Amino acid sequence: MAGPGPRPGRPSRPDIVVTYLGRRLIGAVLMLLVVSMVTFAIFFVVPLVAGGSSENLAARYVGRTAGSEEVADTAERLGFNDPLPVQYGRWLKGIVAGDEYDLGPSVERCPAPCFGYSFINRSPVWPELLDRLPVTLSLVVGAATIWLLAGVSIGVLSALRRGSVFDRAAMGVALGGVSLPIFFTGLLSLVIFSYGLGWTAPGSSFTPLLENPAQWAYNLILPWVTLAFLFAAIYARLTRAGMLETMSEDYIRTARAKGLPERRVVMKHGLRGALTPIVTIFGLDVSLLMGGAVLTESTFSLPGLGKYAIDAITTNDLPKVMGVTMLTAFFVVFANLIVDIVYGVVDPRVRLG
Amino acid sequence: MAIGSEPRTTGKLAVPIGTDPVDPSRAPGTRIEGRSLRQVAWRRLRRDRGAMAGAVVVILLILMAVFAPLIVDLLGHPPNEFHQDTIDPATQLPEFRFPFGGFSAEYLMGVEPPFGRDIFSRIIYGSRISLLIAFLATMLSVVLGSTMGVIAGYFGGWVDTVISRAMDVFLAFPILVFAIALAGVVPDRAFGLSGDTLRIVLLIFIIGFFNWGYIARIIRGQTLSLREREFVDAARSLGARGPYIIFKEIVPNLIAPIVIYSTLLIPTNIIFEAALSFLGVGIRPPTATWGGMLSEAVRYYTLPHFVFWPGLAIFITVLSFNLFGDGLRDALDPKTR
Repeated sequence: MAGPGPRPGRPSRPDIVVTYLGRRLIGAVLMLLVVSMVTFAIFFVVPLVAGGSSENLAARYVGRTAGSEEVADTAERLGFNDPLPVQYGRWLKGIVAGDEYDLGPSVERCPAPCFGYSFINRSPVWPELLDRLPVTLSLVVGAATIWLLAGVSIGVLSALRRGSVFDRAAMGVALGGVSLPIFFTGLLSLVIFSYGLGWTAPGSSFTPLLENPAQWAYNLILPWVTLAFLFAAIYARLTRAGMLETMSEDYIRTARAKGLPERRVVMKHGLRGALTPIVTIFGLDVSLLMGGAVLTESTFSLPGLGKYAIDAITTNDLPKVMGVTMLTAFFVVFANLIVDIVYGVVDPRVRLG
Repeated sequence: MAIGSEPRTTGKLAVPIGTDPVDPSRAPGTRIEGRSLRQVAWRRLRRDRGAMAGAVVVILLILMAVFAPLIVDLLGHPPNEFHQDTIDPATQLPEFRFPFGGFSAEYLMGVEPPFGRDIFSRIIYGSRISLLIAFLATMLSVVLGSTMGVIAGYFGGWVDTVISRAMDVFLAFPILVFAIALAGVVPDRAFGLSGDTLRIVLLIFIIGFFNWGYIARIIRGQTLSLREREFVDAARSLGARGPYIIFKEIVPNLIAPIVIYSTLLIPTNIIFEAALSFLGVGIRPPTATWGGMLSEAVRYYTLPHFVFWPGLAIFITVLSFNLFGDGLRDALDPKTR
C-alpha cells in the first residue's frame, strides 16, 4: 500500500482517477463482449451441439411448422447457414447499428438497438422491452428500498444486542426467510391477503406511477413486501456478520478509547466498515433483478421483463428471451461499473491497489 | 487486493484450542488431554442443537429419497396414477367427502385436481429429483471451483488474472435468465439422451456450471494466504515441489472451507431446481417435482393446501441444510460466529 505523502515520479491524483476510470470502462466493455459471446453461444451453438440442424433452429426462430422447403429457404435467407462468427458479428452489429430481415414477401427493418426480432409477432423486440421495463423498475425500486432499510437496520440491531431475545428472534426469522423460495411465499401471500382477505390486488395489473400513484402502490405492495422479505432476510444476516466482525476491530477500540460517544462509534466507524461489502452485493442484486425478477413476476403475473422472457419461452419465441438475457447482462455490467467507480472515488486503497 | 486483507488463517487452523470451554467433568489438577482439531470441531457441532436437528432431518430426507418406492408402496399410490373416483366430476375438484382436498387415511396429504393423483407419493418422489440434482450440481461446482481456485491462488500471475476474470464474469451472469434460456433451447432429444434423464443431466450441468465462481473465489483467497505461511516455506526449503506442496500442504487445509461452502450451496441449488421446474423449464410433467407441483397448484388457489405441501417440503429441506451448514461453519471456523 502507498506510504504517506507524494513520492517523486508518481502521477498526480486526477491522473490516477482518470486511469482508474479508463481501466474500469475498458473492463466493462470487455465483460459485455464476453457475456454477449456466451449469450450467442447459448442460443445458436448449444442447439447445434445438442444435435439440432440449422433448419430446426430456423423453424424455432421463425416459429413456423410449415413445409421443410419453406423452412430451409427461410434458414438460408436469414443466414442461419453462415459460419457462426459471421452470424455473431451480424447480431452484434444489429445491436449497434440495426439490422434487416428478409422474410421473403417483405424485408423487415429492425432499427438500432436491435436486440432481436420476433418472427412470431413480426416486430422488433426492443420497443417491447422498453414497454416492460417500467414494471420491473417499479417492482425492484420499491422492494429494494424496503429490504435495504429493513435488512440493514435489523442486522445492525442484532449485532449490537448479540444473544438477546431480539437477536435470536430476528435471526430465526431471517433463517426461515432465506429458506423460503419466493414463489412459495408469493403464492401463500396471494392466497392469504388477496384471495382470502381481499386486502390487496390479486396481481396481473400494473398502473403506471404517473397515471395514478395510489393505484400503482396498491397493485405493487404485495410483490414488494414478498420480494423484500427474502432479501431483507439475506441482508440482515450479512449485515449482522459484517457488524460483528468490524466491531471487534482495533480501530473501534481506538475510537471508543478516545472517548467518542457509542452512537458515533457504531454509525460512523462500525457501520461504514460493515456496509462496504453490502454495497457490492446490493448493486449486483438490484441489477440482476432489473433484468427480470422472473420468479416474482411470474408468481404475481406482473407484466415485467422476467414475465416477458418466460412467456416467450413457452411460445418458443427465442429472440425475445435473447433480448432479455442481453439486456440483463447490460444492467449487471453497468451496475458493476458504478459500484467500482463509487469504491474508487470513496476509498483510495481500491484505486491504487 | 493485498494479501494482508485476506483472512490470515484457514478455518481448520483458526480453531483456538485454548478457548474451548473447559470440560466441567475434569477434576482440577488432572493432566490436560490433547484433542485433535477434528475432535474440537465435532464437540462444538454436537453442542449446536440447531445444527444437529438439521443433520437429523437431512439424513431422514436422504433415506426418504432412497427408499421412495418402498415408502410409497406401503403408504401411498403410484405417483402418476389417476384416482378419478376422488374427484367431483362437476367441479373437477376433490370430492366434498374428503375434507382438506381429499385428505384421508388412504391419501395422507390429499389428492391433486383434476386427476386425483396422490400428493403424498408425489412429495416423496419429488425429493428424489430435488436431492439428486442439488447434490450432483453442487459436486460439479465444488470440483470446478476448488480446482480453479487452487490453481489461481497458487500460481498467481497471468493464470490468476485469467481465472479471476472468468470468476467475475460467472458471478455477474444473470444466472436464472441464462438457465431459463439454456433449458429452453435444448431440444427434447440431445446428446443421446431424452425425457427425464436428459432434463436431469441438463439441470445438473446448468446449475453446477453457473455456480463455480462463488466457491472458486473463496478457495482462491484461502490458497493465496496459505501459500505464504511458514509451514509451506518450510516444506519448500526441504525441497518439496509444486504438486507435493499443493496436495500435501495446501489442499488438506482447504477441506474445511470446501465442506462448509458445499453444505451451504446445496440448499441454494434445491431452490434453483425448484424454481426452474416451477417456471416450466426444469423437469417436465408428469414427473413429480416440488417446483412443478407448486406451479400446478397456482390454478387452484381456492384450495391452498396444494400450495402448502410442496412449499413445506422445499422449506423443511432447505432450512435443514442451512441449519446444518451454519452450524458446520461455526464449528470449523469460530471467527465467523
